Amino acid sequence: MASQVISPEAVHHHDVHGHDAHGHHHESFLSKYVFSMDHKMIAKQFLITGIIMGVIGMILSILFRIQLAWPDKEFPLLEVILGKWGEGGRLNPAFYLSLVTIHGTIMVFFVLTAGLSGTFSNLLIPYQVGARDMASPFMNMLSYWFFFLASVVMVASFFVETGPAGPGWTIYPPLSALPKAMPGSGTGMTMWLISMAMFIASSLMGGINYISTILNMRTKGMSMTRMPLTIWGFLLTAILGLLSFPVLFAAVILLIFDRSFGTSFYLSDIYLGGEALPNTGGSPILFQHLFWFLGHPEVYIIIMPALGITSEVISTNARKPIFGYRAMIGSFLGISFLSFIVWGHHMFVTGMNPFLGSVFMFTTLIIAVPSAVKTFNYLATLWRGNLQLTPAMLFAIGLVSFFITGGVTGLWLGNPSIDINLHDTYFVVAHFHIVMGCSAIFGMLAGVYHWYPKMFGRMMDNKLGYLHFFLTFISAYLVFFPMHFMGLDGVPRRYYTFTEFEMFTKWIPLNKFITLAAILGAVAQVLFLYNFFVNIFRGKRAPQNPWNSNTLEWTTPVEHFHGNWPGEIPAVYRWPYDYSKPGAEHDFIPQTVPLSETVSSNTPHDFGFHGDESQFVHEYYQPQNLSAAEAQKAKQAN
Amino acid sequence: MSTVAHLEEEVKSSAWSGGKSPFSVEYGKLMMWFFLLSDVFTFSALLIFYGAMRFKSHSWPDPDVVFKSVPGVEHGEYPLVFVGIMTFILIASSVTMVLAVEAGHRNSRKEVLNWMILTIIGGFTFLGCQAWEWSHLIHEGMSLHHNPFINADGSTGAVQFGQLFFVITGFHGFHVFTGVIINIIITINVLIGTYERRGHYLMVEKVGLYWHFVDLVWVFVFTLFYLV
Repeated sequence: MASQVISPEAVHHHDVHGHDAHGHHHESFLSKYVFSMDHKMIAKQFLITGIIMGVIGMILSILFRIQLAWPDKEFPLLEVILGKWGEGGRLNPAFYLSLVTIHGTIMVFFVLTAGLSGTFSNLLIPYQVGARDMASPFMNMLSYWFFFLASVVMVASFFVETGPAGPGWTIYPPLSALPKAMPGSGTGMTMWLISMAMFIASSLMGGINYISTILNMRTKGMSMTRMPLTIWGFLLTAILGLLSFPVLFAAVILLIFDRSFGTSFYLSDIYLGGEALPNTGGSPILFQHLFWFLGHPEVYIIIMPALGITSEVISTNARKPIFGYRAMIGSFLGISFLSFIVWGHHMFVTGMNPFLGSVFMFTTLIIAVPSAVKTFNYLATLWRGNLQLTPAMLFAIGLVSFFITGGVTGLWLGNPSIDINLHDTYFVVAHFHIVMGCSAIFGMLAGVYHWYPKMFGRMMDNKLGYLHFFLTFISAYLVFFPMHFMGLDGVPRRYYTFTEFEMFTKWIPLNKFITLAAILGAVAQVLFLYNFFVNIFRGKRAPQNPWNSNTLEWTTPVEHFHGNWPGEIPAVYRWPYDYSKPGAEHDFIPQTVPLSETVSSNTPHDFGFHGDESQFVHEYYQPQNLSAAEAQKAKQAN
Repeated sequence: MSTVAHLEEEVKSSAWSGGKSPFSVEYGKLMMWFFLLSDVFTFSALLIFYGAMRFKSHSWPDPDVVFKSVPGVEHGEYPLVFVGIMTFILIASSVTMVLAVEAGHRNSRKEVLNWMILTIIGGFTFLGCQAWEWSHLIHEGMSLHHNPFINADGSTGAVQFGQLFFVITGFHGFHVFTGVIINIIITINVLIGTYERRGHYLMVEKVGLYWHFVDLVWVFVFTLFYLV
């Protein structure tokens, strides 16, 4: 292993601190694969746990899709698989609610928050800013293990008597606050809260690590405006998580007191089983305010890493600099700021003052501006690019497609006058599954395909990748697009069966169609799982820089060792998007190449010269300003 | 512009250009600051919840009537006296913490040790005061289910008054408690000379940040529960 050739000094040389925790490299199985403190291994742990949780979440969705498509049909197999929850071959109604709840929770938090930003922040932050590891590798390890425990508790709630939590992923009281309200309010709900408390601890430890690493440990020359957009995405995602998860934590503390200690924070004037409860004066609406103060930034916590990954993948594979680099950063900042002042748009029908509703509408619709900036910049980057349609690139383009489709319906739902009609219908389901579900998962898959060679040192199979992309892309649209029409007709979310309602029976055939499309989509993921897991062992060996990319991670050796670079960490001389630069020898110039080696393609801008270009050239190429050696170098480069 | 040619090899070297911390702080201190930022949002959420509950309620118990007892005085009417003492103790412990940090800058182990011990004593005293006040209020009948104190306008007391008091001061007390525990660990490290060998007392500075934060939060809790 390469670790033998690097001196300990090289690994431990740090401007800000030394790693006391791992002074040697005799790694045991436990310290290498289980309690690893290496960011690359932790990234893989996050990814594989995230994939497993994703598969679980997907299976849950297929189960309730079957119920929605054939509400009156009996499937004896369900009883075999689910036992009492599938009694008589039909899904138990309380279990249906639990499925919806846990599907949402797993997908939002465990797959698209921890699985996405946990994986790629860990993998890419030290690599792309040029650091040996995270600021605190130990806390990084704790962050993963808290996440792992949270996952275990969440999945374990399937094995308790009353089933997993059932009040929806938003856990609105009173359903979540009264353990006897329904089966899903009992032990399962308690486990949900325990799991989420651990999840918040995990995301806090991860977040402060990501932020400190990015701010403190960038290599020489890696100024904030030379960072790849992935890193900007991860930085702002971590800040969002750091500021919004504690509010959920506060809400959960109060909820636990209501559940277990008889307080009345969220409860007032309730009859349960014909009996009046003593609680007075509480307000369930206040819970919604606290929840959505997390809940709305949370959707940007999900989408921003995906947008960062997409920026990187699209630029690399279009062989063009990202269009509007600074505008991209600005739109990230704009989205981050606005995400904290729009939560009320989830609550238009809670009896909110219409004036306040208009204020929230205003802030919500402003988000369309930075979002559109991003979309147009992606399109402008693709425009007349030398497109390399790798699977990663296709998934990145898929993200752009979903982001547009789902974003447009966001403009509808941001208006109270329309939202009051569409609230809690399938229109909302369609909107958020497309704009944050599909977009984010496509961004994540783009990241997996793009950085798989970096993670495992091997290549994934391209043909399977293409098949996976097209099947997933088509089935995702087939599943979610028709839901818009159901929603416009007023079909409500989370209903167990629609045959009970005369006006909705006409949608049953469409529900069958959607379920079949969902099963197609699920089968497509099997291709991915095969491609992913088999190629860890059997894939073609990866070259050091398979996509001819500029960023720092591709300057590290293919073999992993703790410390990333043998010898010194390279310094950075340019931004990460010098693709197809006019006058350059190759169509990419890695960030580590000094300007002296690229005389033929240098522009005044590269020297921070923003004035009159002819003046700059005139002064720069004055022969007396170049030493003999430099002049020769310049001649050779030209 | 004869220097232009040299720019080709130059690596940016301003504060934010990488290769060093832009704030000239070590990573642990930066992490502490961000953790505190996160905790600010936890407490803000709880206190804003408190404010919302209070505005929602048509009236609220008068703090001068509720918090008027001092230990050892039967049926005394001394509003704000006891909590004033508590607050003073906590703020004094912040002062001793500042002095410990300052002594740390001079690498004076003995002084750090003395000031840290005083800080810990201050923390424990505060917790003791809080325990007395809680038990006194519980004795008077206040609990998570019941509020014996009538509202300022004479109506039945809002039940959330006691609940919020116990939950929020409890959550703050838990922070003080963890702070004291961390202070003890740090003090032991000072005692056995860990930081002397390390050559700096940065850890004292980091837990100092946490301790000041806990004090600062108390100022808000104090204002919202006892003053207004």
